[in-house]
Amino acid sequence: MSFVADLAAAAIMLFARFITAVRGVWQGIEPVPLQRVYFANHVSHGDFILLWTVLPDRMRRTTRPVAGADYWLKSPIRRFIGRDVFNAVLIDRNRETRTNDPIAQMAEALDSGASLIVFPEGTRNETGSPLLPFKSGLYHLAKARPAVDLVPVWIDNLNRVMPKGEFVPVPLICTVTFGEALHMSVDETKDDFIARAEMALLSLSPDQGARMRQSLRGLATAPSSATRGNGQ
Amino acid sequence: MIALHADLIKLLTGLAAVLVAASIAGYVLQRRLSPDGSNTVIQNLNDRVKAWWVMVVLMGLALLFGRVGITLLFAFASFAALREFVTLTDTRRSDHWALASAFFVILPVQYYLIFTDWYGLYSIFIPVYAFLLMPIIAALRGDTDHFLIRVAEVQWALMICVFCVSHVPALLSLQIPGYEGRNLLLIAFLVVVVQSSDVLQYVWGKLLGRTKIAPDLSPSKTVEGFVGGALSATLVGAGLSWMTPFTPVQAGLLSLVIVLMGFLGGLVMSAIKRDRGVKDWGHLIAGHGGFIDRLDSVIFSAPIFFHLVRYGWSLT
Repeated sequence: MSFVADLAAAAIMLFARFITAVRGVWQGIEPVPLQRVYFANHVSHGDFILLWTVLPDRMRRTTRPVAGADYWLKSPIRRFIGRDVFNAVLIDRNRETRTNDPIAQMAEALDSGASLIVFPEGTRNETGSPLLPFKSGLYHLAKARPAVDLVPVWIDNLNRVMPKGEFVPVPLICTVTFGEALHMSVDETKDDFIARAEMALLSLSPDQGARMRQSLRGLATAPSSATRGNGQ
Repeated sequence: MIALHADLIKLLTGLAAVLVAASIAGYVLQRRLSPDGSNTVIQNLNDRVKAWWVMVVLMGLALLFGRVGITLLFAFASFAALREFVTLTDTRRSDHWALASAFFVILPVQYYLIFTDWYGLYSIFIPVYAFLLMPIIAALRGDTDHFLIRVAEVQWALMICVFCVSHVPALLSLQIPGYEGRNLLLIAFLVVVVQSSDVLQYVWGKLLGRTKIAPDLSPSKTVEGFVGGALSATLVGAGLSWMTPFTPVQAGLLSLVIVLMGFLGGLVMSAIKRDRGVKDWGHLIAGHGGFIDRLDSVIFSAPIFFHLVRYGWSLT
């Protein structure tokens, strides 16, 4: 990484801490530099920044977010941030026109020793429900590299900090909760594995139940605090 | 300024001595009773002592930087407190602009008014202008669901985290004859009395605490802890009269008011935490929970102390 990119990374992380005072909760794994695929819920472009910020320095250097090339190659500033600062694995999300297989790209990054951050919902969740149904990417990745730890990571509260369409963030405290690592079992079907991964991620949400009830009532993102603060 | 620095150094040396003693005591206790870190009371005590060192060093640095340092320190404290408070409210999408203006307009303006000594405006800016502006912004978004609750929560957050806290640096604007250039010591007096009351209540409570004073709000607060802590902190305050414009008796009485307001403020803030179902406001300071957990007693005592001193001693 170049000096400018290092500086930009430090500035972005400082800003993220200023706005969110983000705190990592290592519930199911230890913050040790093992190779992992972190899979997280996706509500905003800030998601992987928060996840990245709470990783210890040594782990951060070898952890690469997987992101859509269409978004991150659009302008020179995005390209700089995506490629040089975060060293993202940029994949082409358009099935018809793409020439690179995203799973092969991710497997290649894993083979070179990197850890990955993926968002298996495939796109930002702008609905009221806590989690969109996973795309099959995580399953194919798990099948391609069965030995790698798959770690569910719940990013909480960022949807309130920066709702869709707003450009000024509201400072609120966010947490990033790491769950227990999963592996695909030999005889597991695709649907079973995906369902298990979704549940593993959802179970980390501090107020998942309350949010589900709210989304049923049609109240979008208002958080409930009934179960907050039990993470200590 | 010479007098200020001499008194300030005296105070900071005294605090450092107390903390050194507390650190040694904590170390000995840990070696004797909890070598493997299994006694949570001792671990918590040592976490608290460590956090105290950080706070005293920060306060000391800010005091040395004078007015700018103190104003910035408390502006940041307000920001961190507001961030914790709003996190626990039921505000939502349609409050986005009201909240953004609370953080990025009202908070900086309030501290700017404090810095420029505009008493006539800073004492009504949030209670009047923000009070009217916030619901207007929320209403313009058209979301009427839980409107009154959301608006009240934002106003409460601003009053507690910004308005009340900003009365600490406001002490610098008081003009007390014969005390010119030493107002920073008033802040040191307030903070030391409030915090020693917290510590002494904790210590007395651990030593003698039997009768719970408010079991529904704060299970760790006891009558014995409160009485012992309040009286000994009042004595500490009276003993600090050398750095204030007050006589020892006046300093003791003001300390008693500070201590009572701080205690009651702690109860009010506990009630909010119970209502929201949390134990601490945040996790910013190891052993102390969040920022508001440490500030709650200052929040309630600062405006009262400010106004008592202003009417009783200040020319302005």
